[in-house]
Amino acid sequence: MKLRHMIWKELWQRPTPMLTSLLAVTLGVTALVAIQNITVFTERKIAGDMESLGANVLVLPPSVTLQDYYGADMHGQTMPEEYVTRLAFARLPGVENLAPKLCVEADVDTIPVTLTGILPRSEFQAKAAWQGLGMLGNAVGSDAGCCATAADTGAGDDDPNSLATTRTIAELGDRDVILGRDLASQLGAKTGDSLSLLGDDFTVLTVLPATGTIDDGRMFAHLHSVQDLSGAGPVVNVIEIMACCEDSAGDLITNLSAELPETRIVTIAQVVQTQIAVNGLMSRLSWVFLSILLLVGATSIASVMYANVTERRKEIGTLMAIGASRNFVTQMFLGKAAVLGLVGGAAGFVVGTIVAAVLGPQLLGIHVQPMPMLLGVGMGTATIVAVAASLLPARRAAGLDPCLVFND
Amino acid sequence: MYQLKAVTQTYERRGQIVTALDNSDLTIPDNDFIAIVGPSGSGKTTLLSVLGGMLAPSTGDVMLDGESLYDLSVEERTALRGRKIGFVFQSFNLISWLTARENVQIPLMLSGKTAKQQEERAMEMLDRVGLSDRTDHRPSEMSQGQQQRVALARTLANDPQIILADEPTGNLDSETRQQVMSYLNEFHQDGRTIVMVTHDADTAAFAHRTIRLVAGVTHEVAVAKAA
Repeated sequence: MKLRHMIWKELWQRPTPMLTSLLAVTLGVTALVAIQNITVFTERKIAGDMESLGANVLVLPPSVTLQDYYGADMHGQTMPEEYVTRLAFARLPGVENLAPKLCVEADVDTIPVTLTGILPRSEFQAKAAWQGLGMLGNAVGSDAGCCATAADTGAGDDDPNSLATTRTIAELGDRDVILGRDLASQLGAKTGDSLSLLGDDFTVLTVLPATGTIDDGRMFAHLHSVQDLSGAGPVVNVIEIMACCEDSAGDLITNLSAELPETRIVTIAQVVQTQIAVNGLMSRLSWVFLSILLLVGATSIASVMYANVTERRKEIGTLMAIGASRNFVTQMFLGKAAVLGLVGGAAGFVVGTIVAAVLGPQLLGIHVQPMPMLLGVGMGTATIVAVAASLLPARRAAGLDPCLVFND
Repeated sequence: MYQLKAVTQTYERRGQIVTALDNSDLTIPDNDFIAIVGPSGSGKTTLLSVLGGMLAPSTGDVMLDGESLYDLSVEERTALRGRKIGFVFQSFNLISWLTARENVQIPLMLSGKTAKQQEERAMEMLDRVGLSDRTDHRPSEMSQGQQQRVALARTLANDPQIILADEPTGNLDSETRQQVMSYLNEFHQDGRTIVMVTHDADTAAFAHRTIRLVAGVTHEVAVAKAA
């Protein structure tokens, strides 16, 4: 028999107070693990979304209020396409690619569709003036490769499906259309089909894979075709800029604003800033929850331990009479507290992870996986709190007078 | 050998000084069997606590084998108690949530024996008190007599040189009392020193010497004939 055997057996002799303390500790760790887990995976998702967006800076008409990054071209306001040329000539460091867009409403067989005009990268390369600026083979900006973390421009990818992930495309004929997955289903159209659009016939170049964004319900055609057929003229709703990730948060915005003072420059960082701030708040709140709940747990454990010492006075006295040192008695109580902390921490990790895994997809649309690091944090924190809460009761037990074992 | 030299023990109760032991002298040679008798409040339990190294006297010395017991630190006295002294209690003081075998293992565990050594010794001791068929029973599953025999087995586990018994038969019927006293007598015959506090004259009759405590003062009574 060893000390741990005695601790374990004694724990099960008084299961109700033990379970009460355990529950309090478990709840504290559950709150920490669930919130931290969701926060971390939300941040990862945002980071992933930023990477997958490709474009991370938007140039918009000044009166536009951005509500949705993907719907940045749906506001109906326009600005001259000439701004694209100005940006290209400016050779701003950090600009990797430009993607001007114009959105118009159209019908296909009486089905209303949103037609987005986009400019393929080949258009940039075709412009002699731009070739003279040494932009051939590279993206639009002058400093391709400058980025420590390059924006994913998709340059060199000729697959029209790259539009789904990089928001740019290499080649697009003036009578080609690209369909979002949902719209293709709605129209019953597939690659190679012919569609009548704005009074002209277009051929479906490809159907994009599902992106989970509003692009799934859209149709994409050459910007100049959309401008001509819709009568909108040489205008665009938005210019998406694929910029170096670092530059998009630095001088680039200042430079862009200086170059195009008539526009509004918005970075994706601004769009997600609020979400990141909320995540940070959640993360800090999780520690507040943990502290409060662990304080409750600590109080509960201290109370249970004090009651336990009182209840076991004669038992402790007997042990001391037959040779148990004060250190042994102290270890008996602190060991019990450590077991409660470790088990409560582990249980809190399991429950918290399950809560996060269930609530994450339902409430926030993120998939959560267990974070082993939180197991260590949970168990460590819970154990420290449980042991600290038991120090005084254990000291009281060790200080008991062994003479109380005798009948007086 | 125990030697109490001018031991005085006083308490303060409700603002009044109570003298439990009053300048007592007592010598207990090795392999003695002493019964300490006296009315309630005469200081019997205090004397037992002082002998057990659990209560430092207000004044005086307590020597055990030539060593001043209370010159030792608390931890040293605890270790010495585990090594040399065994206790028998009136209400047995078994740990209710441990089996008979585990109860006997406790002093062995505290003295650092391995699990195997503990189990072997515990089984041996339980066999000695006739409880080899009750090793996995908890105290609540045993009679009072059986519980006291488990307590005796626990007392013997570390082979103590001295046994301090506090009313060892106080909670037992006459038949079981006889049985328990036979065991104590047997332990005495093994060469151990027995110091027993009792109210009961029949139980005291098992001892070789009887010390009467009156108002904290020891009085040697005529040596009784062992039962």
